[in-house]
Amino acid sequence: MSIPLMPILPLIVLSAASVIVMLTVACYRNHRLTYFLTLATTVVAFLILPVISSQVPAQVTSLLLIDGYALFYSGLILLCLLAVTLSSYDYLNGRRESPDEYYILLLIATLGSVILVASSHFASFFLGLEILSISLYALIAYDRRPLMIEAGLKYLVLAAASSSFLLFGMALIYAQLGTMSFPEIASKLPSAGAIDLVYAVAIVMIIIGIGFKLSLVPFHMWTPDVYQGAPAPVTAYIATVSKGAVFALLLRYFSGVELHAYGSLFVIFTIIAIISMFTGNLLALFQTNIKRLLAYSSIAHLGYLLVAFLSSGPLRVSAVTFYLVAYFVMTLGAFGVVTVLSGKENDADEIEDYHGLIKRRPVLAATFTAMLLSLAGMPLTAGFIGKFYLVAAGVGSMLWLLVITLLVNSVIGLFYYLRVIAVMCVRELEPGVSVPTRFMTGSLVLAALFVALVWLGVYPAPVLEMIQAIRLGAG
Amino acid sequence: MILALLILIPSVAGALAWFFGRMGNRWPRWISLIAFGIDLLLVLLLWANYPGEVDFTANRAWFVEVQAPWITSLGIGFHLAIDGISLLLVMLSCFLGIMATIASWTEIQERVGLFHFNLTWTVAGIIGVFLALDLFLFYFFWELMLVPMYFLIALWGHENRTYASVKFFLFTQAGGLLMLLGILAIYFIHGSQTGTYTFDYSELLGTRMNPNTALLLMLAFLAAFLVKLPALPFHTWLPDAHTEAPTGGSVILAGLLLKTGAYGILRFAVPLFPGAALQIAPWAMVAGVVGIVYGAVLAFAQTDLKRLVAYTSVSHMGFVLLGIFAWKELALLGVIIQILCHGVGTGALFMLVGSLQERVHTRDTQRMGGLWGIAPRMGGAMLFFALASLGLPGMGNFVGEFLILFGTYSVSALLTAVAAGGLIVSTIYALWMIQRVFYGPKKEGWKISDLSLREMAAMTAMILGILWLGLYPRPFIDTARHSLDQIQNVVESMRAP
Repeated sequence: MSIPLMPILPLIVLSAASVIVMLTVACYRNHRLTYFLTLATTVVAFLILPVISSQVPAQVTSLLLIDGYALFYSGLILLCLLAVTLSSYDYLNGRRESPDEYYILLLIATLGSVILVASSHFASFFLGLEILSISLYALIAYDRRPLMIEAGLKYLVLAAASSSFLLFGMALIYAQLGTMSFPEIASKLPSAGAIDLVYAVAIVMIIIGIGFKLSLVPFHMWTPDVYQGAPAPVTAYIATVSKGAVFALLLRYFSGVELHAYGSLFVIFTIIAIISMFTGNLLALFQTNIKRLLAYSSIAHLGYLLVAFLSSGPLRVSAVTFYLVAYFVMTLGAFGVVTVLSGKENDADEIEDYHGLIKRRPVLAATFTAMLLSLAGMPLTAGFIGKFYLVAAGVGSMLWLLVITLLVNSVIGLFYYLRVIAVMCVRELEPGVSVPTRFMTGSLVLAALFVALVWLGVYPAPVLEMIQAIRLGAG
Repeated sequence: MILALLILIPSVAGALAWFFGRMGNRWPRWISLIAFGIDLLLVLLLWANYPGEVDFTANRAWFVEVQAPWITSLGIGFHLAIDGISLLLVMLSCFLGIMATIASWTEIQERVGLFHFNLTWTVAGIIGVFLALDLFLFYFFWELMLVPMYFLIALWGHENRTYASVKFFLFTQAGGLLMLLGILAIYFIHGSQTGTYTFDYSELLGTRMNPNTALLLMLAFLAAFLVKLPALPFHTWLPDAHTEAPTGGSVILAGLLLKTGAYGILRFAVPLFPGAALQIAPWAMVAGVVGIVYGAVLAFAQTDLKRLVAYTSVSHMGFVLLGIFAWKELALLGVIIQILCHGVGTGALFMLVGSLQERVHTRDTQRMGGLWGIAPRMGGAMLFFALASLGLPGMGNFVGEFLILFGTYSVSALLTAVAAGGLIVSTIYALWMIQRVFYGPKKEGWKISDLSLREMAAMTAMILGILWLGLYPRPFIDTARHSLDQIQNVVESMRAP
């Protein structure tokens, strides 16, 4: 049987590029060269996507299903990679470690993410997840400062533990159903009343594994430490690509399943969503470190996403996808500001670093304000439309408890976003805080993200139509 | 097109003001003044062409209307329209925009560009609220006006500004989100009944639902509107926000932001849920009357001049709530007049208090006294607006309150009597305020300059406005009457089974 290679061309490009960059680094170390190779790879892989869009859906072996959904998420991931790479260059320049391997790791992690969003089989699921995670261990600890190593180790231990849960869950399902491919699992799934204990345990194990990656409460313990410890661009990468890819997979896995029909499963997800929202937002109130604050806020945002995930009907996939797009833009933007403000030694992540920012760097402060307002769901920004869409999906499925929790949490969330904005605008600059150097490419990325943020907030129709046209699966 | 321009002009001016702010403090002030001036001219132009007594035909219910696709896949359209009520409110917005700019002329000295950016965007959002006829668009503008208003308080406010601004934002945001819930619920109910999912106001009118659902949804809408209005017990953000805001911000808050609540009830809450509105009317009227008395009594007890004026707003907005839920033609006309007068009158009072504070650097009435001798023009203007506030005949408030009481009497004589009693308390606080600030012995030997030419010009315009509303309210009443009839007809037709 011949395997169609065209649909998986982006994967091939990413893998080949990782090897090429690795060989280049072995022969000739040059930050700029590595950087440009990585950028070129990203752009090429992205440009391939529209070319192969005519050939989808294509089942490539039983492992990968390249459909419109996979292509869309691949594009999103590649754009994130582009943004992260662009803002990493100045950030890494002059740091202690030589920066070349950083890009290789980024490429490999992206490869794993793209596999995740296209996987239709437990094997490829696990493969993608591990490729992603193992690259992240190294990326988090990349600069080898104590805080980073602590974060990296914490992630390593917990991620390994969660992977074993996941693996165990998969094994149990295989033992029960005799298959590891998603479509077959969906078709062989026992009806709601006939779920036995083994199957229930398996599902819970898988939820634990995925919940860890998505940093849903109660599997969120690593999040603030890793967010704080990792270099700012890597944090942005974890917050967007890693979580987004896993969420895309989660949605695909449960796409054929009406969650309502499985009462206990539905209840588990509802509880996770509610406590994620509350825990994330309430703990964020007490943070004085911007990265930790964004970590807790991301926990809450993943909880918001679950509201749409738990809904049923036509809005479900498009609401999740649109919110993820918006979430990517605002998270990349917020961490982009942190990156651009960071000096050579430490990341600008303490709230004191932002005192009176509007006087020192007005444009940067305005951008950060826009990103935070978007996270809070204010109009004219992507977050407004995104949150509206989530609530619409929830109301459409009459998930009143979840929707009201979401609304209450929006108000709580507003409180700490406003606090950061107030600090930037109101407080005077503390003496002794250094004003860091300018980052050219980082600022360009921020400008692009700002435009995207406002565009999605003012005229989301084209993107929405694109998202609504996405076809999930072979049909 | 002209409607989109009304919103666009202030927003563009705001961006320009921010940009030119670096070239000097005069630029943003003039830019925002000119922008509001052009807007006001446009509205006056619209008003001059308003058909007046001409009957609306069914297919042309709106005077001017704009409709463009926006997010079609979700049934969201860019739908703006203006009728008599919107026209008057937009006119008030532009007028108070000018006044707020003038009030900030000397008070704001820091980050002037950014200030005017926020000021113009707040007003642009408010105008949007008055024009939007797509429920999504309405919610969009509703939220949009909050952000710049928050910044106005948080950045340029007085001592306790952070607390006040956050409280303001959280209260209004919580209300707004409940309204979002209501909007989405009615969207889905209408969609499942007819198959067309749309946020368009005229389509959603007349959606049938069971009474309990209607009541719940109505309460969700009211949550947003009653917080804004504010009605008891959702008013606690108001004294703080009004007191801490800079003068221009207070003018916009009291003059316009509160009116969006009244407008929302009139345009959306009652017509969308006519049955539920009938059910809740007695309670809402009681809340209105309690607000009238409570606001007036608390105003009397204040020593902070700005807080005093803020509480008078609670009292006056009680009349508005009472009038709307009485749902009689006279009462509704009174509501419109009351809204206009309160906008102008309270705006003027805040400007006077602001200029007083700029000169004596305190708002504490116990440290004032005997100021008439050194600032007679200021005293005269203050006396005028205090008299307007207590409802002296000849001034607009008298017409408004009289019509509201007249209309309410046929619904409930008891409530009317209590509300009229509130007028007595308002006489006490208004005169007491003048007495403590301008008469009596001089306390601290203040030496202050009287109102400048710029301030006098603003005061004159506002005094003329109040007198016009008081002596010849006919043009305003004619403008509003047919639109009110329209709304009443819609509601009556739906209440009839």
